[in-house]
Formats: sequence, C-alpha cells, structure tokens
Amino acid sequence: MANKETMTVNMGPQHPSTHGVLQLILELDGETVVKATPHIGFLHRGVEKLSEHRTYHQTIPLTDRLDYLAPMSNNLGYVLAVEKLLGITDKIPARANTIRVMLAELTRLKSHLVWLATHALDIGAMTVFLYCFREREEIIDIYEKISGARMTSNYFRVGGLSADLPAGITEDIRAFASKMPGLVDTYEGLLTGNKIWQKRTIGVGKISAEDAIDIGLTGPALRCSGVDWDLRRDNPYSGYEDYDFKVIVRDDCDTFGRYKARLDEMRESCKIILQALDKLKPGPILADCPKVCLPPKQDVVNTIEGLIHQFKIITEGFKPEVGEVYQGIEAPKGELGYYLVSDGSPQPFRMKIRPPSFVNLQALPQMVEGSLLADVIATIGTLDIVLGEIDR
Amino acid sequence: MSEHAAVGKLKQKFSDVVLDVVEFRGETTITVKKEQIVAVSTFLKEELGYNFLCDLCGVDYLGQSPRFMVVYNLYNIALKDRLRIKVPVEEKDAAVDTVSGVWSTANWPERECWDLMGITFNNHPDLRRILMPADWVGHPLRKDYPLQGPDREPYQGRLQ
Repeated sequence: MANKETMTVNMGPQHPSTHGVLQLILELDGETVVKATPHIGFLHRGVEKLSEHRTYHQTIPLTDRLDYLAPMSNNLGYVLAVEKLLGITDKIPARANTIRVMLAELTRLKSHLVWLATHALDIGAMTVFLYCFREREEIIDIYEKISGARMTSNYFRVGGLSADLPAGITEDIRAFASKMPGLVDTYEGLLTGNKIWQKRTIGVGKISAEDAIDIGLTGPALRCSGVDWDLRRDNPYSGYEDYDFKVIVRDDCDTFGRYKARLDEMRESCKIILQALDKLKPGPILADCPKVCLPPKQDVVNTIEGLIHQFKIITEGFKPEVGEVYQGIEAPKGELGYYLVSDGSPQPFRMKIRPPSFVNLQALPQMVEGSLLADVIATIGTLDIVLGEIDR
Repeated sequence: MSEHAAVGKLKQKFSDVVLDVVEFRGETTITVKKEQIVAVSTFLKEELGYNFLCDLCGVDYLGQSPRFMVVYNLYNIALKDRLRIKVPVEEKDAAVDTVSGVWSTANWPERECWDLMGITFNNHPDLRRILMPADWVGHPLRKDYPLQGPDREPYQGRLQ
C-alpha cells in the first residue's frame, strides 16, 4: 500500500446528506479528506435582482423563500431593515413587537427541530427524526392558523403584522411551549448518552474561536467556540431587551458542543415564548403610518383617505428617503443581515442579503480537511445549512 | 449626533484617505480611497477592533461616476458596534485589492461580488464564479443587465 495518490470523489449535488443541492468535490487519501471544495449556486433564483424590480412590500414574499425552514425570521430581518430605512422603528406597536418575538422564537424551534432531525438521521439515529418532525408539524399547524401558509408564511409587514392572531391560538402556543422542554429532554435521552452519537460527534469538526471569527461563523456555531455574542442581547431589536433569557456559550468547539448548545437554545426559546405570551396585551398591530401601512379594511370602504392610501400603497408603494441601512438579526442559523440602499424610489435600489448559512458553509473545508470522510457528513449537519439562503 | 470615534482615528492615521462620512439612522458610513482599502482594513481590525466582517457587496450606481461602490459592513464584537466602509470603483478600472488577507470571511463574498457585479479583486486567492455557472457571460446584478436575462424579450408587466 505504498500508493500515495489521492482519489477525487464527487458528493452531490443530489445527495441525501448535503441538505439540498450542494456539491462537494472531496480529495481523499484513503478515508482522510485532503481537500474539500464546495460548489454552490444550483438554487440561485436571483432574489436580490428581483427585489430591485418590486416594491418594498412585494419583496417580503421573496424573503420567505431564502431560509425556507425559518421563513418568519427572514421576514423579520427584512421588515426591520425597511423600518429602519423609513425611520419608523419606534412606531411599531407593542403588540406587534411581542408577536414578532414570539413567532421568531417559534421559528427558531422549528428550524432547530429540522436541524436535529436531519443531523441525527445523517449520523444514523432515525427515531429522533420522526420525533422532531412530529413536533415540527405542530408548529406548522400554528403557522397555518396564523398566516394561512404552512411554510412560506409572509406574515410580517412593514410597520407591523398582516393580521392579528386568530382566536384561541395563544392557548395552542402556550401548550406547545410548555411541553417542548420535556420533549427536548426526550431527544437528549436518545442521543446525549448514546455511545455511537458521542463517538461520531465529540472532537469532530473542531474550530477555534479565532478561526471562527476570522472565517465569519455566527450563531450557535460561533457561540460553541466560546465567543459570547448574540444579537438578541447585544444589539436588541423588536424589544428583545425586555426578555429574560440565557445566551448559550460553550467552549468545546466541536459537533457535540453545537448539538448541546442548540438543544439548550430550544429550551431558552420556550422561555421567551412563554414570557411573550404573558406580555401580550390587546392593541393595534400596525404602526400609525398611513403612507406606509395598509389601512384597516373598514377604513378603506368607509373613508376617502383610507381608500386613497390603500390605492397609493398598492399601486405605487412607499418611497423611503435616500440612504442606506444594515440590519442584522439573530436568525436560528446565525446573523441574518439585510443591507438596503434606497435612491428615493418605491423599489429597493439594492438589497444585499447576508445569509448565515453562506458564510458558515465557507468554514466547511477548514473544518473537515484532515478528518475522515464520514465526519464530513457530521460537519455539514452541525453547520445547519440551508441551500435556499446560500444560493438566494 | 456626535461623530463616530473611528472617523477621527482614521483621519489621524491616514491624512487624506477619508473621502466622505455619512450618518444615517444612527449608522456611520465612511467612504475611503480604493487604493488604501487594505491598509484601512488592517488598521480597523488591528487597532480599532473591527474584527468581524459581516458582509461585503457591490452596488451599481449606473450613470454616475464612479459607477460602483464596494461596501464593507464591519462589526466590533467587543464593543458591539457596527461600521460601514465604502470604496468607489470606476467602471473602466473595476478592480479593488482583496481584503481576504485581513478577514478570511471576505473570500466568498468577494467571489460573489465578482460573479454578480463584475468587480475584480486583485490578489484574491480563488476568484471564480460562485453562484452563476462557470461558463456564464455577464454579471447579472449590474443595472444594465436585463431582469429576464440577455436573450429574452423584457417582460412588459401589468403596469407598463
């Protein structure tokens, strides 16, 4: 066996463990990865280009389709960026902010459930997959009752929300958020102490804090390398400063640590949801900005101003003043940023999305080179990528 | 609102590099000379603690001169502070020095910027197309690139 030649293996773009259409060219020496080259772009739909030809309101549905596992987070980042551009951030009613926080955390649970399900399935634990999808189905049902859609919710609006919560939904959410921590314990019972799980995850895909910052990792992946940074706490938006939650920071830097951290984040999310439910008071759900927010239906049919505003917003949209803003939020997978440039027209002049998965995937070669081929699967899982937002 | 602390320090360190400073919605945007971007980036990272490059992208101001802006959204993890740096790029010399030596994060965003906006990054380790196919002609995010693609009738739209 003196042959030192390497072998090149093509993984993807259609492979069950790449979580979408991701292609990896792996150069192998035996079972050891010498070099990994990701190829992306198979799902490119030109969202940024499309947005330049749509009004600010018409761009919201495009954002659903970025990270399709966490549509509400994408909506939230975008509407916050537009609100900042308009300078109406302070005018968002308390009820709208509370509902936004609650749904953003529900979305985090939903996204983490799919991450855990597929990650465990890749490594060979099938039961967890079924459990997680069972719980995710309940979140999707809540989504459907609130927004009418199971995945592409398109629920948040610039200035607030598209509609108020339907009757009885808060009980559903409370019941779900109350039982979810117990279910997380169940998943942990299946995995954490499991010898196979430990052997496949401990010490796999290690990355140090310096390397993680240098390559731009964000979210749980960064916090597991010991960097204490969470935008919900450090640059709060939508009233996150009023909630009591713990930012999960670990220093084990490996796949097992990221697994534990995300599970702990799910428990924290449940706490935030319950706090939001307690805070929820009746009130308006849209800001008092008639030139930006669609008027209530009764105003459209009963008043001439309402009719005019409705007509102008639908046909022309609104025109933010010339300027540029960047808004980052803590999406389930890391920092989701929207950079918006306005030239005073009703369309975004330029919208640049900073998808967390795009930057996190960039760290993959660094994390897998020198490790075994089987660990590539575990590392892709632990990075929690979604190709919809990588390729945009 | 008072001037951002980084502005004074930048002006102090590099006498003629700052072209413009804009405050908008509490965010600071500093436009600097293209030739100095690597030196400015290194200074911001090493001395002022902007150790995290959130994002990098190009903006096409078709019809203006200079036509492009390359935008760097920076973050200081210790101070939790954001800062935006921009460099103007002329159309006939659409090239900037890479900052991937300062922040490794810049690697893919610079590739994306070249792919979609057609701005070259000098000394970049691996400047290939990233989102579009390797044999694609043109740079889709430029303002003179038609929405429907180069070889199709433009969509007339409901409102046209």
